[in-house]
Amino acid sequence: MLKVDNIHLTLGNFTISDLSMTAEEGEYIVVLGMSGVGKTVLLEVLSGLQKCDRGTVCLDGTDITHHKIQRRPIRLVYQDQALFPHLSVQKNLEFGLRCQKTPRPVMNSIVKTLSEQLKIDHLQNRAPDTLSGGEAQRVALGRAMATNPRLLLLDEPLSALDPQSRSEIQMLLRNLHRDGQTIIHVTHDYEEAVSLATRIVLMENGTIVQTGSPSEVFRNPKSRFVARFVGVRNFIPGELTSAEETRNETASFARNGVRIAIMCDAGSGPGHFMLRSEDIILSNHAVETSALNRFEGTITDIIPTSRGIEAVIDIGIRLSAMVTRRSVQQLSMAVGKPIFVSFKATACRFISNI
Amino acid sequence: MNKSNRFQHNFEPLHLFFMGLGGLVILFIVAPLLSMFLKTSGVQLIETAQDLEVRNSIWLTLWTSMTGALAFSFLAVPFAYILARKEFPLKRLVTGIIDLPIVVPHSAAGIAILGVISRDSLLGRAAEPLGLRLVSSPFAIIAAMSFVSLPFLINAARDGFMAVPERLEKAALNLGASPIRVFLTISLPLAWKSILSGLILMWARGMSEFGAVVIVAYHPIISPILIYERFSSFGLKYARPVSVLFLCVCLLIFILLRLLSGRRNHVESR
Repeated sequence: MLKVDNIHLTLGNFTISDLSMTAEEGEYIVVLGMSGVGKTVLLEVLSGLQKCDRGTVCLDGTDITHHKIQRRPIRLVYQDQALFPHLSVQKNLEFGLRCQKTPRPVMNSIVKTLSEQLKIDHLQNRAPDTLSGGEAQRVALGRAMATNPRLLLLDEPLSALDPQSRSEIQMLLRNLHRDGQTIIHVTHDYEEAVSLATRIVLMENGTIVQTGSPSEVFRNPKSRFVARFVGVRNFIPGELTSAEETRNETASFARNGVRIAIMCDAGSGPGHFMLRSEDIILSNHAVETSALNRFEGTITDIIPTSRGIEAVIDIGIRLSAMVTRRSVQQLSMAVGKPIFVSFKATACRFISNI
Repeated sequence: MNKSNRFQHNFEPLHLFFMGLGGLVILFIVAPLLSMFLKTSGVQLIETAQDLEVRNSIWLTLWTSMTGALAFSFLAVPFAYILARKEFPLKRLVTGIIDLPIVVPHSAAGIAILGVISRDSLLGRAAEPLGLRLVSSPFAIIAAMSFVSLPFLINAARDGFMAVPERLEKAALNLGASPIRVFLTISLPLAWKSILSGLILMWARGMSEFGAVVIVAYHPIISPILIYERFSSFGLKYARPVSVLFLCVCLLIFILLRLLSGRRNHVESR
């Protein structure tokens, strides 16, 4: 559906070079990369807001590289929403439809359906600057969706939100995708990538370094950068107290009151705790094993992936465990159910921030 | 420590001294105006207001200055948008040219305009067969007023457009709006306050113009020239009521427009 071929562009001292990618109908692509690798520029090139020096962008077989911005059936939702501050929520939602000279009754019904779907029907007459972050993001999504775009581009749609709205918007995006919307979503947050993407595109220094399903990218990271970036699903910042200080065989990692024993010789200080999802063992009862780390938690999400089922468990921190479909059935796992988590101190890794 | 902190905030002698200086400045502005008002009796004002020549001059001054501001806004506002958004060769030169009328002595500006509209000029000759005489016409007055006051509008409008986040325009383009639609529905409404304040400034500046206008059109007579004429032919006592009356009318409109433009921006919902 979308085919980007060798685009190249230089903006000041920043360059996007020889970037190629594709998107198929109904895909949810997450472009993952640190800030400043050119993710936003890529979205602007796709929507035509930024001209590329060379290369082509094709949509449904048509070369749209030089098409006018307003003629492209592509909508971009900015990170800060860019709602029009002088227009009410309703007028913001109608903006794209007015541009297409949609008759009033049709416009009303589209806006109504959309508002109900996005749960913003009670906000119609509000001014954008009175909305919360989550509400503004819904309105921005609604404004983009109103004109029924072929392709929806999202620039860090979750990063400015509080945790509550974050999971709500995430759910919303999942639903949009389920309804068939093709989405390209850029973020620096691998959690978003994993939970939403059907395909992950990894960007580094203005070009794409790896493309694949989340599990492919996770388990076979192609560069050290990628490995550090997404190689491990459980990647939690926190504070380490070194083994020396704990006068113990293991160091102790603390986060939200949860203490995890880690077999490592790193010094005390802030850093990231890393644990492969596959290394977590789940059970319905507390069991005595050689694993030093044993916690009781609650299942907060069960997400099917191509390589198994990912269970998100809240033990005070959110851990992701990869299990088989069979285990899910055997343990009769369900969202909201309590569960016991155990993993070995030797399976844990710690990367210091110092 | 605490005490000295408070002292610094409220009673720093240097700041008191500066405030005293400021008071002198305020006095310098207010005192002459106030004395002019106080020295004018109500009877004098009423008599002056009944004077047809005075009334005509005030009306002429108001409508020419407003026409100038409004007419030029159609040229200047889109141009201000370009100045705010685009880089082009010689942009610094262009912005310099826009500020030029502020530094040109106003009598010199009048002479320059006279050269363009006089009967021997291209424009004057073109107007002659149509029975139009440009010199000493409202047209000349408008031209002179606009010449000296245009920078205020352009600069205010440019600053207004610059304050509109470009991202909002991009978002509108992305939603399918044509560039003209983006300009009319996003940029212009969001910059409107600055543009309006620029219009008011241009209008006020044009209305008070004497030097440039007196050279291109002594008659029909505008209020600043009438005040000068009364002063030079009859003296201070006769010029003062006209000044007060003109000032009152200007202030009234000025305050009204300020109130209007200062209203909290309403969000359009229906």
